[in-house]
Amino acid sequence: MSALGRGGQFLGDVGRSLRETDTWVSLTAVQMRRIGVQSLPIALFIAVFAGIVLALLSSYSFTGAVPLYFVGTFVGKAMMLELAPVLVGLALAGRVGANIAAELGTMRVTEQVDALETLAFNPNAYLVVPRALAATAMFPVVVALATGLGIVAGWFTAINLLDLSSPDFVKGLRLFYQFKDVWFGLLKAMSFGFVIAMIGCYKGLNTRGGAEGVGRETTAAVVMGAEMILVLDAFWAVVLL
Amino acid sequence: MIVFNDVYKRFGAKEVLNGFSLEVRDGETMVIIGHSGSGKSVALKHVVGLLNPDAGDVQVDGAVVHDLDRDGLTALRSGIGFVFQFAALFDSMTVRENLELGLKRQRLDPRVIEERVHESLALVDLEGAEDKLPAELSGGMRKRVGLARAIALRPQYLLYDEPTTGLDPVTSAVINQLMVRTREKLGVTGIVVTHDMTSAYAVGDRIAMLYRGQVRQVGTVDQIRRTHDPIVRQFIEGRPEAATDLQTAPPGVER
Repeated sequence: MSALGRGGQFLGDVGRSLRETDTWVSLTAVQMRRIGVQSLPIALFIAVFAGIVLALLSSYSFTGAVPLYFVGTFVGKAMMLELAPVLVGLALAGRVGANIAAELGTMRVTEQVDALETLAFNPNAYLVVPRALAATAMFPVVVALATGLGIVAGWFTAINLLDLSSPDFVKGLRLFYQFKDVWFGLLKAMSFGFVIAMIGCYKGLNTRGGAEGVGRETTAAVVMGAEMILVLDAFWAVVLL
Repeated sequence: MIVFNDVYKRFGAKEVLNGFSLEVRDGETMVIIGHSGSGKSVALKHVVGLLNPDAGDVQVDGAVVHDLDRDGLTALRSGIGFVFQFAALFDSMTVRENLELGLKRQRLDPRVIEERVHESLALVDLEGAEDKLPAELSGGMRKRVGLARAIALRPQYLLYDEPTTGLDPVTSAVINQLMVRTREKLGVTGIVVTHDMTSAYAVGDRIAMLYRGQVRQVGTVDQIRRTHDPIVRQFIEGRPEAATDLQTAPPGVER
């Protein structure tokens, strides 16, 4: 209960520091590049293989019972609604969450955070807000690209390894398509980005005890980030589907 | 003027400050000495609001630090330079960027910032190190950059947390000279937290000993050198048996 209270207070402090635009605006672009652009390789790597497996898995499941063009439907729906946001989210909980927690944790134990304060900076405005905003803004971009590439990988697999033509794959892809499929996945990605960054920052800034403490809080940030992705995934499914 | 008024601070079960009171006058350098873990750095961090007291207060020019809001704290910190024990340089930034950060926060003209960086590095004899990263510097150089970063702000107060800890005697002497030079050139009021008595005698106008969370004795350098207080004597001489010697000295021998 007290942990929940501290988390709420942290959220409030970060919210109040949003008004210090002169501190965080210029730093946010840097974080967008670090969190977004530099996460693309791992996200796209995951998407390609997820797309290939989805196409083969659906073909295997549908054989003889469901028309094969439903492979396009399955690949599209699964990538947009679930696999791209969740798989990429879990991967980035490791990459981004660990990076933020370790960086801020090291800054905390080497008194760099205290030094920031003595130079009249608000650490929340300088360190937390740029990371939280960058992750919230860039996760949907990364997931959108991963979704697109995953579907292309599924399409490529279907026409090369399955007895399915391009028009049939596209027909399946468009069959039950709704715009909600897109924004639902991207909304989830936004929430994952925000939560991963906030957990990384909170754990990092509350690090105590030198290198061991940095390791402990970094691990905790990754584990908690992954757990929160699954919780949020279920939450959005219950609320919006 | 900086005033500690009956400050209490506890971390869990450990009472660190237990009614700590001290007055630091404008223009002087006050050295706070004490055993490791006696709460010297904790006391120092109260001055800039990095820690808040459980009871009592710390006043800087009449303002109670823990009562200040974020804007008030920002204004207060703009006038105080803090030199950290391990320099606390931002390791992803060059020396120049470390110095510029606080100056940019004060929205100074870029030419003034450039001059300040140059002057401050010159004051600590580190001209030419602008583009180096902290990882490329020795421990002594990092401390000097930490000092340069603090004085670049042209503060009214300078707080030093263990400025010579971990340095060899020669580098320690260089740091001591820099602290004295900084005070002479900039006229700042200083608080130096240390357990290095050579440093304390070299830079201090007055010395206060922190013992069991309170000021055991405060006085000029000469008064502290001649003290008869067994606990202070034991500390400044670095001899555990000094306290016993004083208590058992025969009549006629000065205690």
